[in-house]
This record gives sequence, C-alpha cells and structure tokens, in this order.
Amino acid sequence: MSAEVGTAGARNPWLTADAWRRLFRDRPLIPLVGLLGVLILVLQLARPGIVTADWLGVTLRAAVPLAILAGCQTLTMLTGGIDLSVGAVASMAAFVMATLAPQQGPIVAIIVGLAAAALAGLVNGVGVGVFKVHPLIMTLGMGLVILGLTSVYQLAMVQAPDVPDFIEWLGSETTLSFLPNNLLVYVPVAALIILGLRRTGYGRLLFAVGDNPIAARLSGARVWQVHVALYVISALLAALAGFLVAGLVKTATIQLVEELVLPSVAAAVIGGTSIMGGRGGYAGTIVGALILTVLTTLLTVMDMPEAARQILFGLIIVAVAAAYTRVTGET
Amino acid sequence: MSAAVDAVSGARPSLAETLADWATRNRWTLGLVALLVGFLVFTRLIGPGYGAPEIQNLAIGALPIALAAVAQAIVVISGGIDLSVGSMMALTSVTSAVLMKDQSEGFAVLVVVGVLFMGLVIGAINGSIIVITRVPDIVVTLAMSFVWAGATLLVLDSPGGGAADWFKGLISGSIGSEWIPRALVSLLVVVGVVWIPLRRSILGLSLYAIGSDRLSAFRSGVAVGRTKIIAYALTGLFCALGGLAVTASTGSGSPVPGAYTLQSVAAIVLGGVSLAGGRGGIVGPILAVFILQLVRTDLTFLEVNPNFSTVIQGVILIGVVLLGSILAMRRVRA
Repeated sequence: MSAEVGTAGARNPWLTADAWRRLFRDRPLIPLVGLLGVLILVLQLARPGIVTADWLGVTLRAAVPLAILAGCQTLTMLTGGIDLSVGAVASMAAFVMATLAPQQGPIVAIIVGLAAAALAGLVNGVGVGVFKVHPLIMTLGMGLVILGLTSVYQLAMVQAPDVPDFIEWLGSETTLSFLPNNLLVYVPVAALIILGLRRTGYGRLLFAVGDNPIAARLSGARVWQVHVALYVISALLAALAGFLVAGLVKTATIQLVEELVLPSVAAAVIGGTSIMGGRGGYAGTIVGALILTVLTTLLTVMDMPEAARQILFGLIIVAVAAAYTRVTGET
Repeated sequence: MSAAVDAVSGARPSLAETLADWATRNRWTLGLVALLVGFLVFTRLIGPGYGAPEIQNLAIGALPIALAAVAQAIVVISGGIDLSVGSMMALTSVTSAVLMKDQSEGFAVLVVVGVLFMGLVIGAINGSIIVITRVPDIVVTLAMSFVWAGATLLVLDSPGGGAADWFKGLISGSIGSEWIPRALVSLLVVVGVVWIPLRRSILGLSLYAIGSDRLSAFRSGVAVGRTKIIAYALTGLFCALGGLAVTASTGSGSPVPGAYTLQSVAAIVLGGVSLAGGRGGIVGPILAVFILQLVRTDLTFLEVNPNFSTVIQGVILIGVVLLGSILAMRRVRA
C-alpha cells in the first residue's frame, strides 16, 4: 500500500484514481458540494440570470423541510433502520396543529401536535426496539395507522384547518430576500443534530448500534432504549417539518407531507449515509437535500415533463448510491 | 428432507406420521386456511346475502393483489425486497391497455406475450443493478420505483386505453359451478404453471438457498448473482401478470400506481414469508390476500367508518410481524 502511494505521489497525488477514491471516502462533503456547484452552474447556463438572492431564498426555503425529514432518515439509517412514517407523522402534526389553533391558541395547538407526534414515535420505537419488528414494516404500518386515524379525526372535527399567522411567517416569508425565516427553526435543529452525532454519547451510541448491534449490547448499551429515544426524536423532527410545510403552503391536509418521504430517503442516501447503518452524518444530508432541491428547479426550468423528471430522479439516486458503494469498498 | 430421514431410520413412516409431519411443516398455512374459512363463515353470518356473485367479486378484487404478493414473495424468499412492485404493475398495465386499444382480438394475444416479456426484462434490470452496483436492494428498488412510475407516465399520462373482450372475459364470471370464480381459476393456473415447476427445480432450491444464507449458497456452488437476477426477473414477470389483471378487471389503464407494494408486503408477512429470506412459500401469501380482502368486506358490512379500515390494515400489518417476532423470541429462549 505504502509503495503504491509513494509512486502515485511521485507523479501527481491528485490525478490518481486512488486519490479520488480516498477523497470520496474520507471527505464526501467536498465532491457533494462540488456537484451542487455544478448543478447551480448548469442552472445559470440553462436560464441566464436565474441565480439571484431571491432564488437563493426560495431554494433554501424549499430545502429546509426536506432537510429536516432527511434528518429523520439519517438518524434512523445510522442504526440500520428507516422511518417511512415521517410523511404521515408530519402531516398529522401539522393538521392537528392547524385545526386546534383557532380555538385553543397556537401554543396549545403546537404542543398537542408535538405530543401526538411523540406518541407515534414512541409506538415506532417500542415496536422496533422492544419487539424487534423490522423498521421498514413498523414505520410503513404506523404510517397507515396514523393516516387512518387522522382521516377519522378529520371527519370528527368540524373546525376547518387554519394555520396560525406566525407559523405562516416562519414557513413562507424571507428576510433580506435570501434568508428564509424557517432558518430560525432550522439552524438550531441542524446544529443540534450535527453536534449531537459528533460530540454526545447518544450520537456515538447510534453509530455503535448501527455498526454492530450485538457488540453494542455486549458493551453495555441498552439498545432498545436507544431505539425508543431515536424514533421519538425522529417523529418530533417530522412534526417540525410538518409545521414548516403547513406555514409554507398556508394550509394543512392529511397528506400534506407525503410527497417528501421518498426524496427524504434519497437526500440521506445522496448525502453519504449508508442504509445498512454505521456510516454517514448529517452535514452530507443537508447538501443532499440542497442538491435535490436545485435539481428539481433545474428540471422544471428545462421544461422536463413530470415523467422524465421522475426517471432522472430515480437514476441519480441509484448512480450516487452506486458511486458510494464503489468508493467505500463495502462488499 | 423426509426421504433422508427414512434412509437413516430404515423404516417407512406410517400414513399418520407422514400426515402429521406434513401438518407440522405447513402449520402456518393450515392456520391461514382455518382463518379464511372462519372469515367466510363470519361474513356469511353478518351478511346473509353474501353469495356467489360476491365471491366472484372478491376473487376479481384479490387477483392483482395476489399476483403482487406472489411477486414480492419470490424476491423476499431469495433475500431481497422489491419496493417497485406497484410501479412495475402500473407500467405493464398501461402498456397493455395502450397497445390493446382499438386492436383486433388476435393482436391482444401478442400484446399479452409481449407485456409478460417486458415484465421479465424490467425485473431483470432491477436485479442486475442490485447485483452489479452492490447497492442495498431497498435503495435500488425505491429509486427504480421512481423510474418505472416515470416511464408509466411516458406511456400514458391520463387514464385510458382499452382491453380485448376475450382478455376481460378471462377473469369475469365463473367456470362450472357459479361458486368457482374464473378469476380464482386463472390465478391458480398462472401461479401453478410458473411456481410448481420452479419449486421443484434446482433454480427454485437456489432461490431459497441464497435467501437463507448467501455465503453458504456461494460455497455450495450456487451462482448467487445470477440467481438473484432471475429472482427479480420472476418478480417482474408476476408484476406484469398483476398489471395485466388490473387492465383486464378495469378494461383500461391508469398511470397512478396502486397501493400494491404495501399490500404485497403485508400479505407476504401475514402469509408466513420471513423478511430475512429463505423461509415461506406462495400459498400463504395468496391466502393472506383473500383474508385481508375479506376483512375489508366485513368492515363494510359492519358499517365501520371506511377510514378505520386503513387503521386496521396498518394494525394487522404490525400485529402480524409483532406476533411473529414474539414467537421467534420464545423459540430462542426455549
């Protein structure tokens, strides 16, 4: 190995396949940001003058809810799980919040929304952690249960949904034209996730459980408690994303956030988090969410029909995931 | 298996022993049969008018889901999972509907053969990507579900198309007695023609082998990659059959994928297929589909709010897996 590196270094350390591979493996953020830059460049070339401060504000505003949901996927995927109930949980929290707000006041409404989400997360966590139900099945099933319960609630509730003003301000307005107000919620959340994963014991536990659950258990980690806490956190994050989406579109329906579920998985995969667990991080996921948002704009600007957009979307996910598998040498 | 046992003990087992052995091995399936019979009796009790026409409708409604469940069962048995089942069914369904519209009855035969081949090909594409890139099945099939859904929209962007009369006739009405729905017979014939020879072949054994232990299968000389691609291709084939069943039952094609992926996963789990791979068959999943359809019918009879049926579907899905894992934990402890 050292001889190889030696000869490669003698020629040019940056022009060997091995160097590139190491770059992707050790610093996945650099190529990801590069890809994002290329996409923005292509966008600017396709429609000169489109990249402005306003455009930046709109892009960030759209990327934030996706990035939060992708955070749910990142955290759960680190333990080898996945949370496909985020769409239902987020929509449910937003719908409950919007229907309660006119009568109970926004504070109570938000608390009830968060509590309902936490309860759903608790059920997910107990199912996955205690009863060892496969996370995919557990969260898919819970998604159905929540969707059904929300539609029953919708029939029972005469009150039409009305999103509180300050949530609309938070979700849809921008300051100085390029800073969406939802960053007020998002920046602390993102900082908390990144620092939590890197600096806290709980963050380490998530990686440990994902890497080797048996080793984690034998070293004294209470794996089921890690799972229960994880899925509650994931549901609370989803609820936040639901509130922001409701603020953005200024209404709430029971399937409001459903369309963001698959992109959220895609953003985490593009960001370099392995669905098998133990590898990844949130910084990459944020770039992944930005890449998907810019890509969507690009495809819209280029007048791609919806069909071509979906096909490209799918192919890009496969290509990026394949590139990761290749460079990280996981076989 | 039992042949090996006979060789060791040197005695032929009595008929009763063979039967008992068979019953123990198939206890999950037998339990499902009992459950299905129980539900049929219950349905008859709460809805005295429930008769032959309703059974025929039940079979027609269950047909595409049952084919989706068989498709999912094959790939899960071989250790994978396919989240693009719904999109593949939509793609094959709209393709058949578009090609059959305003064409002769004879041309429709060609269309059916062509669409089945198409199913094999798109399934093989899924499988090849998984084998070549080594990306987890779940990521690839999730991404490919976008691709096939997009392709569906390219073929047909709003509901339309048509179906040949003989083709629609394949699944409507009954054969012989009015209690034997034609859709059920078609299902059994189609599944039997593909599955029974497969199950008895080396290929069928290989499917189970790579699902239960990839490494051991590889060391025993199974071509793991090739078998996996074949498993996905077979899943594609059954998705195409499911898509054709959708076209036949509606007489047209719709580009919006149904909830078949989710229903297929629920059915195989209830049908006794282990998500870890290598365990289960396809009789269980088919029975499970009929049970789940009957649950829905019963809820309508009982005038339960239809929204609760979504809840109940989710609860059944979770509950079955929960029960399975509790049983497995007990077995480990015992």
